[in-house]
Amino acid sequence: MELLKTFAAHYNYFITIFLMISGLFIVIARGNLIKKLVGLSLFQTSVYLLYLTPAKILGGTAPIYEEGYKLYSNPLPHVLMLTAIVVGVATLSLGLALVVRIKEAYGTVEEDEIFAKDPEAE
Amino acid sequence: MFTSLFATLQNMAPEDLILAALLIPTAAALLIPLFHRIPNLREAVTLIAAVTLATVSWSLYPHIIGGEQPELKVWEVAQGLTLSFRVEPLGMLFGLVASTLWIVNSIYSIGYMRGNNEPRQTSFYVCFAVALASTMALAFSANLFTMFLAYELLTISTYPLVTHKATPEAMKAGRVYLMLLIGTSMVLFLPAIVITWATAGTLEFTAGGIIPIAGENAVSPFLLGGLLFLFIFGIGKAAVMPIHFWLPAAMVAPTPVSALLHAVAVVKAGVFSILKVVVYVFGIDALTTTSANTWIIYLSAFCVLMASIIAMNQDNLKARLAYSTVSQLSYIVLGAALATATSVTGGALHILMHAFAKITLFFCAGAIYVAHHKTEVSQLDGLGRLMPVTMFAFLIASLSIIGIPPLGGTWSKWFLALGALDAHYQFAMAVFMISSLLNTAYLLPIVSRAFFKPLPGIANGEKVAIAEAPTACLIAISVTTLGCFFLFFYADFALDMIKLVDFTGAQTNTASSPAASAEILKGASNVR
Amino acid sequence: MNVLSWGAVEPQLPILLVVIPLLGALLTTFLRNSFLAWLVATVVAFTLPFISIHLLVTVLQTGQPIVYNIGNWEAPFGIVYRVDQLSGYVLSVIAIIGAVIMPFARRSVAAEIEERARSWYYTMYLLCLAGLLGIVITGDAFNAFVFLEISSLATYVLIALGKNRRALLAAYQYLIMGTIGATLYVIGVGLLYVVTGTLNFDDLASRLSAAIVDPGQRNAVVTALGFIVVGLSLKLALFPMHMWLPNAYAYAPSFATAFLAGTATKAAIYLLVRVVFSVFGVGMTLENLPIGEVVIVLSIAAMFLASISAVFETNAKRMLAYSSVAQIGYITLGIAIANQAGMTGSLAHIANHAIMKTALFLALGAVFYRVGSVLYSDISGIGRKMPLTMAAFAVAGLGLMGTPGTAGFISKWYLAVAAIDDGMYSVVFLIVASSLISVVYIGRITEVVWFREPSKAAAQAKEAPLSMLIPLWLLVGATIYLGFDTRATVGTASEAAKMLLEGVQ
Repeated sequence: MELLKTFAAHYNYFITIFLMISGLFIVIARGNLIKKLVGLSLFQTSVYLLYLTPAKILGGTAPIYEEGYKLYSNPLPHVLMLTAIVVGVATLSLGLALVVRIKEAYGTVEEDEIFAKDPEAE
Repeated sequence: MFTSLFATLQNMAPEDLILAALLIPTAAALLIPLFHRIPNLREAVTLIAAVTLATVSWSLYPHIIGGEQPELKVWEVAQGLTLSFRVEPLGMLFGLVASTLWIVNSIYSIGYMRGNNEPRQTSFYVCFAVALASTMALAFSANLFTMFLAYELLTISTYPLVTHKATPEAMKAGRVYLMLLIGTSMVLFLPAIVITWATAGTLEFTAGGIIPIAGENAVSPFLLGGLLFLFIFGIGKAAVMPIHFWLPAAMVAPTPVSALLHAVAVVKAGVFSILKVVVYVFGIDALTTTSANTWIIYLSAFCVLMASIIAMNQDNLKARLAYSTVSQLSYIVLGAALATATSVTGGALHILMHAFAKITLFFCAGAIYVAHHKTEVSQLDGLGRLMPVTMFAFLIASLSIIGIPPLGGTWSKWFLALGALDAHYQFAMAVFMISSLLNTAYLLPIVSRAFFKPLPGIANGEKVAIAEAPTACLIAISVTTLGCFFLFFYADFALDMIKLVDFTGAQTNTASSPAASAEILKGASNVR
Repeated sequence: MNVLSWGAVEPQLPILLVVIPLLGALLTTFLRNSFLAWLVATVVAFTLPFISIHLLVTVLQTGQPIVYNIGNWEAPFGIVYRVDQLSGYVLSVIAIIGAVIMPFARRSVAAEIEERARSWYYTMYLLCLAGLLGIVITGDAFNAFVFLEISSLATYVLIALGKNRRALLAAYQYLIMGTIGATLYVIGVGLLYVVTGTLNFDDLASRLSAAIVDPGQRNAVVTALGFIVVGLSLKLALFPMHMWLPNAYAYAPSFATAFLAGTATKAAIYLLVRVVFSVFGVGMTLENLPIGEVVIVLSIAAMFLASISAVFETNAKRMLAYSSVAQIGYITLGIAIANQAGMTGSLAHIANHAIMKTALFLALGAVFYRVGSVLYSDISGIGRKMPLTMAAFAVAGLGLMGTPGTAGFISKWYLAVAAIDDGMYSVVFLIVASSLISVVYIGRITEVVWFREPSKAAAQAKEAPLSMLIPLWLLVGATIYLGFDTRATVGTASEAAKMLLEGVQ
């Protein structure tokens, strides 16, 4: 019961960890270059959650100093994650661009097939 | 011209002379490539540099014999690592040997390299000059760091000389040379220096040694023995077995290289370093009181005999000489290991005596190769009739190595044997005597073969035309052969200087300035 | 008052160090002429060393760090840029390397990059430079992440434009590994933020010591430390997380390799040192996680295994790349020993290795320019055709081996002394034994280039152009010079080490 309570109180963290691990798993386990990037994105996305969950305060508003609002959410993590999202998007797009070029050069996006064609690239 | 130069040099401050001794060969190394297309000028640069360098060294001699120890502190590289030079008697002796023999060897080189039409002569002379610069730096080094720097530079500058022929065989030898010399120096010598720094807090060569064996920071005898182990094997140039393979391997180099570098400069740099480490880092008293030196006595005695026995079975002339060198180097290591004033004196003298004798032997081997392209002992039958001068010189030098009066080699053996008695190691004396017999057994048969066996294909009474090596080679051979005689009668110049070595350091530890320590040295000169 | 007077400019120098390359990058985007782009990049790159050295000298003279509040927001509310002995030193190393190699760039890039991509290539170069400098100068943990990603993204492009198709794959692999590393770092930073509510390094440091008392928070802090160390180890290619590095260096264009080898991993090492020593404090780090021991073991493994890999390589650039992994092992070893001598040696080696390795890669770049390959079979005998280039290579190689009289010896000396100071005698022998392996791989390539008969490709080569030789010999000269005059390297490094280790014992 206690355990369940802990889980319920921290369920957002468990989701974060689940996303993190599954993203990392996909990166490692999959041989398809696109799927690896999907995993990588998932891994990065989990970080957004990690930052945002402690920042969100139930019932809190945007931090605008005004009469009548006492409870604010911390704006800084949100801002940080905006930056992180930009970084993530840039990484993903660059990664996809690279995959396109790899496809042009090797004719495949499967890792094992690429290594079969070019053993030294491993 | 050189007398006036000599006069000028004598008026120079000794510190400037040290600098000159380092800069002359360096300048030669820079100038030689400029005359790449004019071989005569190129060789002139080498010769002038050699003569000037020797003159500079000899101008330093009066200062040293007068008890001075001039010091040239160049630069503190980092805390504890100082680039500085100080000429003390042992270094002076080694510097004199190397610089004087460079003249002779340069004359010989010109004859040999031209006689053989060797390729890449410019780079040959450049590397040679760099090697000499490093040798001088090593001889005059004032601390372990400077010594190590010069030591490594010497290895690196001689590597292209070993691989000069660029044949697969030469490359293989070069690999052995580099790996053994750099390898031992990096893996053993360098840690030894680091440990010395950590325990002694200084790297300066100091009379009486720097490693504390008593008091608060005393080093245990075990560690002291370990440190000695690191130094003896780390200084691979001394070719103590089993780190001697590089020396026979290096014989693929042209003979002038074998003669000056692998009988004089490089190998003597090794044993000289060991002498210096024993005297100025450990202190001979420290070694004898802790008995940390015992195992090296046995080891080097073993090397003396073993290398001689191997030499007897070598048919290749240069390989036989190389193993003979290994054996003779162990004499000096043994002298250092016995750690008495007499034995160290003997070791230091042997640097000088063996240098003249062995360079002569190598010159002869080279002359035989230039004139008749013969490399094996078994091919030398009757050669004495074709090359009487060369083979006679070979005989004289062999006798000097064996230690027969009136040749220089007598003195060093005398002192080494005395030192063995001083240290109460009678067996070491026996080793010296047996080894002399072995020397006879591997050197004299070569001479007897050359003089008493008939030339193949020619009847005994028949006249043959004399076919000697180029004149330049003969001049060099004659000079060094005469040197062997000369050193018997005038060994005093070296002996007097070695007497100035302060073995105990009891008096000088308080003296700070070189002048002050010189005063004390004069008083304590007769340590023996 | 003149806006451009020195008095007005000087306080702005810290931000200019990042802003100038960023603006330069913007400018080069609009230049379609590759020569103009090169010119802009060169001018930009050459202003940076002056700024960074000025900052470093000021810090060393006053003994006080220079703190620059961006937008006048004071720490911990705003982002600050902070130049102290350590960051000033690393900034100078990166800026100098970034400038010195510019003359080399023009011909090398012209030969290896298609015309339409050339000016963008310089854009990426300047972005990367801005990112690396930003990592080092910032005093904010998250800002460091952003710069880490800016430099990384630019790096992926720099690598991917290599002529060989393997460059694409190498860039892709690096992208995956690099992103994982940076994300791990940012997770760690996030955890720290949750515990302390701040991102400023100084502020973090002061609040962490309070936070660590609470056992619940302590777990979070230790976890954060683990994430950050692993993440940065990936970026700095600590063995065995180095797998991305050899291919990335081997197949990138010569110019990019030379630049990255000297700077990229160094910035990551800086960040690791900054976080472990300044933020967590080495005491806290070692108390809670056996990071010191683990890193020592991994460093030694790197020194040996990577060096052995280098011995068996037949591609010269890959060989040097493996050697880089080994040399990074030296740097992390001294950091992990964490005493004055070790820290000094490691920090000095950051500069020494950057100079030597950049020189080596420049020499190979010049060979690639003339021969079109760096495989041993193609460059055999090249020493006779390009004597000046290969002589420089040999001298820099001697430095890598740690021959006395070169910069490499100094770092090795300090590392060995550090090991003895800590009573680790066996480590001394491991250090020297591993440098013996470097003798083997340098000796092997020396033999190939000097003593073998020239290959078909090498026979037609000629000496490299002056624009390549000058930066090469400048760096080689520095290798020798820094072996004798160590005030710039060891002097500064020991100041930085003193600062980092303050209050540790």
